[in-house]
Amino acid sequence: MATFTLLVLVCVAYVVLLFGVAFAADRAARRGRGAWLRSPLVYTLSLSIYCTAWTFYGAVGFAARSGLEYVTIYLGPTLVMIGWWWTLRKMVRVGRSQRITSVADMISSRYGKSNTLAVCVTILAVIGATPYIALQLQSVTLSFAAFTPAGPSLQARSEQSIAIYVALGLTLFTILFGTRNLDANERHHGVVIAIALEAVVKLFALLAVGVFVVWGLEGGIAQTLARIDASPIAEFTVTPSRWTALTLLSATAFLCLPRMFQVMVVENEDESHLRTAAWAFPLYLMLISLFVVPIAAVGLDLMPAGTNPDLFVLKLPLLAGQDGLAILSFLGGFSSATSMVIVAAIALSTMVSNHIVMPIWLRATGGAAMMSGDVRHVALLARRLSIGAVVFLGYLYFRMSGGGTALAAIGLIAFAGVAQFLPALMGGLVWRGATRLGALAGLSVGFAFWLYCLLLPSFGAGVILPVRVMEAGLFGQSWLRPYAMFWTGGMDPLVHAVMWSMLLNCAAFCAVSLFTFPRPVERLQGAQFVNVFDHSQRPGSWTGGLGQSEDLLIMSQRILGAAEAQELFARAARRQGLSGYLPEPSPEFLEFLERRLSGSVGAATAHAMVSQIVGRATVSVEDLLAVADETAQIMEYSNRLEAKSTEQARTARQLRVVNEKLTQLSVQKDGFLSQVSHELRTPMTSIRAFSEILLGGDLTPEQLQKYASIIHAESLRLTRLLDDLLDLSVLESGQVVLNVQSGTLAQVLDRAISGAVGGAAGSLNIRRDAASEAVLLQTDIDRLAQVFINLIANARKYCDAAHPVLDIRAERDSTTLTVDFVDNGTGIPIEDEALIFEKFSRLGETRAPGAGLGLAICREIMHRLGGSVAYLPGQGGAAFRVTLPLAPLEPGGGNDLVTKGGLRSVR
Amino acid sequence: MSEDAPGRRAEFVARGTYRRRRLIDAAGLLPILGALLFLVPLLWVGAQEGAAPRTSHVLLYLFAVWALLVVLSALVSRGLGASGDVAAREDAGPDDMDTASPDTGDDAPPARRG
Repeated sequence: MATFTLLVLVCVAYVVLLFGVAFAADRAARRGRGAWLRSPLVYTLSLSIYCTAWTFYGAVGFAARSGLEYVTIYLGPTLVMIGWWWTLRKMVRVGRSQRITSVADMISSRYGKSNTLAVCVTILAVIGATPYIALQLQSVTLSFAAFTPAGPSLQARSEQSIAIYVALGLTLFTILFGTRNLDANERHHGVVIAIALEAVVKLFALLAVGVFVVWGLEGGIAQTLARIDASPIAEFTVTPSRWTALTLLSATAFLCLPRMFQVMVVENEDESHLRTAAWAFPLYLMLISLFVVPIAAVGLDLMPAGTNPDLFVLKLPLLAGQDGLAILSFLGGFSSATSMVIVAAIALSTMVSNHIVMPIWLRATGGAAMMSGDVRHVALLARRLSIGAVVFLGYLYFRMSGGGTALAAIGLIAFAGVAQFLPALMGGLVWRGATRLGALAGLSVGFAFWLYCLLLPSFGAGVILPVRVMEAGLFGQSWLRPYAMFWTGGMDPLVHAVMWSMLLNCAAFCAVSLFTFPRPVERLQGAQFVNVFDHSQRPGSWTGGLGQSEDLLIMSQRILGAAEAQELFARAARRQGLSGYLPEPSPEFLEFLERRLSGSVGAATAHAMVSQIVGRATVSVEDLLAVADETAQIMEYSNRLEAKSTEQARTARQLRVVNEKLTQLSVQKDGFLSQVSHELRTPMTSIRAFSEILLGGDLTPEQLQKYASIIHAESLRLTRLLDDLLDLSVLESGQVVLNVQSGTLAQVLDRAISGAVGGAAGSLNIRRDAASEAVLLQTDIDRLAQVFINLIANARKYCDAAHPVLDIRAERDSTTLTVDFVDNGTGIPIEDEALIFEKFSRLGETRAPGAGLGLAICREIMHRLGGSVAYLPGQGGAAFRVTLPLAPLEPGGGNDLVTKGGLRSVR
Repeated sequence: MSEDAPGRRAEFVARGTYRRRRLIDAAGLLPILGALLFLVPLLWVGAQEGAAPRTSHVLLYLFAVWALLVVLSALVSRGLGASGDVAAREDAGPDDMDTASPDTGDDAPPARRG
């Protein structure tokens, strides 16, 4: 009894450790630490949930009953694992690219996101897994009982309560760590790390028992082999059909079991982890089955007759008085059982909630629910309830079955059940022609045969199937006997059932697929799955434009959570070049969103939800073309065409822009020409008129003098205008040659003032600050002086103050020199400020002569010199600011501006 | 797929690519080899009149084969990993298994027809 109490304590401590490890791993993963959580080793260890309590206890029992046959259960997965390149790699790639959440989701996704199919697979999986979960509960209670010396009455009672406690504890653990996040496609780090730990514990425990048996009880390898040769299982007597069938069956189950699919595909972090698992997992399997036969042989020899061989692993150490080893062994069995139940519950609950509960709930509440209800909450709740239900079903089965003795038998029956997924699953991955109806037909036929030939008879003749049916066949038809279908008598029932169910499953699958025509979505998904390595990442079937982004956002928020959904939408919007939170409901976006949602609620449900908002899901012509294009060459060709047409669209857009600019330029050119003609005509008109008067003769010398001087003045004006135009055109075309000299600002200003004001300085009072003008310049002094002359002349001409004053203030910082010219006139009205630098712009009624090119020229010059001239508002009068870089100007410095100059200056 | 599509598959490839293709062939052959070896003990049943093969012999044989497969699988998988994804992309074989493209990640909408 002391041992029993100790056992309970150890057990509780172990469970606490598991919770702690899972919690720590979850927290590390959430904080972005724990890269080791994603190591290929952890992935490999998590695969070991294949080895359940059935392995831990059952394998020895199996070996004690039928020798080496047990090893087939591990040979199948070994072959699958070392052939990972052909099957698993594709499954994992498809699983990742389609965000598959379960094996039901995978099959439903492949066949056009059919929910019918998903429901079928889910129900099958639950039926197949329930006895298996019961088996785990039974093994835990049996192993507890092995430590209990008490009488049978107490034993029976404590067994039941143990099963209840274990079931409750497992449910709690699974709900805590398995439904932390809604996205079933996200990794359950806590669960995975706990499973990896349990994998180590069970391997270590079994090896320890094995080492103890071989070297402790027998005294070496040679003695152990001799013991085997002397035992009842000394002869290798397996039947070839069973050997082959069991190997195939275990390989199949390895691929199809929902819990294996969960750890292998759904929890897969990185495709390259398969590379490590390819050899490490076969190694694990080899090690775990290494000591099975020795333990069985020694157990058969040492244990009293009638001992349940399933418990040799536990009873041998107990018999030898090794309580510590026995407890370790117990923990190994406990680990095997719990890890299986946890993962199976997660996998099945995802399937049940995504494919049964959610669709029903969605239909019951109608489309409105997605807007008002909290889908996220409902989905999580559904998953939690499903976990409870799945574990409870297993418990119920355990209670009702009363705990059979042969663990292995029920395990094989479950294997045969899930093996029915194989044709639909693998066929869908390699054969484009597989259709939904074919998959449905294959599954139903296979399932029916499994039920009739294996599961129902397994309860014993007369329990479910009447003895009459067992012996004479259904309806008295002898070819319908459960163990001898179609008169194939004398076969092992398991081989018989596996053979017929798989054969007819495949036949129905192929035949119906051949004769039916897939729907467009199905064909599309088929292409996606079969050719996943050619064009990953493109499922989909949406025609956009109808969808309401806002409704989609509201729905997504309910499923993904507000922050994540908004971030997702904002990112998609940015990708489309939009700001804000609402992207265009383009087909790409809808596909992406659907895939994202399917990670949370499964492909079929996500498809249904999006289609409720966007409208009917249709397949675009483009998508169908992609399906129709049988060769990759055409695919590639159309890709190239696509790229080309995008490029052409871009070029066309650029051409349009340039064209607009050219049109604008042409308008400006016309304006410019008419302006120039106008400017030229005025002086020409007066020249012509006065020269005609002169030609008429008959004039006084005074008149002659006067008219000739007018003609002279006008031709001077004409020359000046033409000079200015030439100057401007030279500047604008960038052909100007800059003559870099050095000189101080004061010198330049002196020159400019004398040039601009000449002898008439008296009318304009110019104020300067000599100190600030002592700046040495390295630039084209002549051009700069030209700018200053222009500005000073403008002030002289246009300043309308009674006593015009011009302030010239220079200021410098580390890189630039600014020179302000501020007069005390009325200045320039705000609305005209933009115009003054344009050609031929003269403001209002002009008093002074001039073509209005001065400031335009100034601007061009300053641009060439690397600086600028701008109107400075708010100075009390007209104010211009000249900015000039202090760095020496390089003679060719204006080069990069040459090409731009032409366009820029005619704005 | 498109075995006869011009420009899709190079007839003669660089040494590295060639090695990788043979490694892929090996990866395919390995499970077949394993299956055959695991079936061998069945041939021993009934080979000698009246004497079934000893369990201990079969046990040793099976685990030896098992260990061999583990080693071979490790070698092949290592080789496939070492030759890297670059080789995988260059290697456009006739079977779709060869054109492994790097996973572009799920967090971005495929900008294919954008």
